Amino acid sequence: MNNFWIILIHTYLNKLKSKSFIITTILTVIIVLGLTNINNIINIFDKNGGSETVAVLDGTGKLFEPFKQQVAVINKDIKLTQYKGNEKEAEQAVENGDFDGLIQLDFNSEQMPEALYKAMSIADSSLFNDLQAGLQQVKTMMAAAKLNLTQNQLQKLYEPVGFEKAALEKNAKTEEELNQARGLVYVLLFVIYFSVIMYANMIAMEVATEKSSRVMEILISSVSPIKQMFAKILGIGLLSLSQLAVFLIVGYISFSRNMESLSDGFWGEFGFGSIPVATICYAVVFLLLGYFLYATLAAFLGSLVSRIEDVQQMITPMTLLVVAGFMIAMFGLGKPDAMFITVTSYIPFFTPMIMFLRVGMLSIPFWEALTGIAILAGTIIVLAIFGARVYRGGVLMYGKSNSFKDIKKALQLTKNE
Amino acid sequence: MALKLDHVTKRFGTFTAVNDLSLEIPDKEIFGFLGANGAGKTTTFRMILGLLDPSIGKISWGEIPLNYSTSHMVGYLPEERGLYPKLKVRDQIVYLARLRGMQKSEALQELRFWLEKFNVPDYENKKVEELSKGNQQKIQFIAAVIHKPKLLILDEPFSGLDPVNVEQLKDAVIALKENGTTIVFSSHQMHHVEELCEHLCIMHKGKPVVHGSLKEIKRAFGKKNLLIHADFSLESLKDFPGVVKAKPTMEGSLLQIESEIVADSILKEIVGKGFIRKFTLEEPSLNDIFIEKVGASYE
Repeated sequence: MNNFWIILIHTYLNKLKSKSFIITTILTVIIVLGLTNINNIINIFDKNGGSETVAVLDGTGKLFEPFKQQVAVINKDIKLTQYKGNEKEAEQAVENGDFDGLIQLDFNSEQMPEALYKAMSIADSSLFNDLQAGLQQVKTMMAAAKLNLTQNQLQKLYEPVGFEKAALEKNAKTEEELNQARGLVYVLLFVIYFSVIMYANMIAMEVATEKSSRVMEILISSVSPIKQMFAKILGIGLLSLSQLAVFLIVGYISFSRNMESLSDGFWGEFGFGSIPVATICYAVVFLLLGYFLYATLAAFLGSLVSRIEDVQQMITPMTLLVVAGFMIAMFGLGKPDAMFITVTSYIPFFTPMIMFLRVGMLSIPFWEALTGIAILAGTIIVLAIFGARVYRGGVLMYGKSNSFKDIKKALQLTKNE
Repeated sequence: MALKLDHVTKRFGTFTAVNDLSLEIPDKEIFGFLGANGAGKTTTFRMILGLLDPSIGKISWGEIPLNYSTSHMVGYLPEERGLYPKLKVRDQIVYLARLRGMQKSEALQELRFWLEKFNVPDYENKKVEELSKGNQQKIQFIAAVIHKPKLLILDEPFSGLDPVNVEQLKDAVIALKENGTTIVFSSHQMHHVEELCEHLCIMHKGKPVVHGSLKEIKRAFGKKNLLIHADFSLESLKDFPGVVKAKPTMEGSLLQIESEIVADSILKEIVGKGFIRKFTLEEPSLNDIFIEKVGASYE
């Protein structure tokens, strides 16, 4: 078998069998399973069907019934009980855990309802909000009755104003589509960001480990460093694809099993009701290109250090580039058509995330995406040629210093005068 | 199929690591390559292996140039030992052997042969980091020779080993030579070189200062050592004509003299002064030659 394949497969299998890889994969699978089963999990913890009981101390004797009706409309899981004892006893009952809270209803000076809510803690704002909304309704009705407004008039008053947005550009996404796209793009951006950082790191560590353990010298006496570098990059690339495939398959199966409960609610808002195939394809393309760009960079940076401890320091500038790209992309989620986003999407180090953001969120012409991909691919080739030369010298250099001046030294080492 | 270095020079920027080195390393022989630290030995090895390209000159092995297509015929034991610490001995030897063009089954068979030979058959499934330094070195040696190279480069193969392990490795090196392997070998321990090598070269600051067969080098050096054990003081011999250096020992004195004739006059000089227990004329050791040729510039 060709040496290239031997190294590729060795790198791949070796990493695949490593403990850290197995643990990260399992942990992530658990998280994916957790997210896709989120509704089931919430239901497990809310055994009593999520119902909450509140004691009502009605000082007026007139408010309890209408209040109960209104609250039932808002949230039927809230159980209101008219409490017969005095305030002290009611408080005691809350402390004993018989009720989740206690609400005292009264009239104010204008004969309008007002309330005091007491609970062990007031952190549960959703219950409080529901109760407040219910009482608000009661108050509105009473006020309307006082003014002699008919039901019809009242409805008119509360009817929401008609207000819609429309994009003039052809093919532009509607507001609803944009919201959906945003969720999906957001998640995929995260995937690209983490993959690029994690696997580029892995490459740099791998190279530095081989160099610091001095096995490198034996390796490059049997295989040319350039061949070795690219076999390594592809081996780890294959590893990343395998890992992502596991996540995607687990995610997809689990997701489609819980499709009904998930497509409305939390996940529906994130645009997973219907997954656009094109966006996923673009994500894979940009993920791979982004990986190759940063992996090449990481490989030659890794070849410059002599000790593993120095790796992080050496690749920090690279990591910052990825982070910067991600931050710009996060900003772009809210304003994908900003000039700034358009410009940065053509800068190769940012293209994988920002061009992806644009194709995911906007309907940009195909050639724009293609131009971005072409510039990116060109940069990868240039970087690979340059990186290979640095790598060839870098792996032979040992010493304390690990600055970017070493790039020049490494190039000098391979030069034939 | 001799290994030939033809006016090889290697410069790194303004620094010249190897300067106009011409060598011919005979086939099926052990060639000693000596030099102080920083003399250019490792750079020369790297050029022979094709890791670095010479700035000037060329290196050939018989008719063919050495490059990655010949890597299955070349074995290399680097000065800095290196193996994957986390990998099992078996996995890494098989991996490295396959990169040198061996089949997996063949590599395993060879590995077991060598482990048996070094009396460590149970290391096959151990991780390298679990082994002692000396034993790691044995594994490293196996990695260098497992594919039966025709040309073997050993950079300091015996450093850091105990005498028993040195003997084991030395025997293995001699056996390889007898099977027709050409071996280039560097060491700082002169007695190893004297024991193993027929031809050698001493490098100093990138230049060969001594080059040839061991016997010729010693003869050409001219100076001899004269060891005298006597009951009387040998102080006065220090200034005797023809004596280059005098070093007092526990029982007498060790003199370095210009030629054999000087020994004769010294004997005449000291006869009758008292009891002479020992009077021996010795060949200079390689150590003396090395120190004289290389050490001179340090003084």
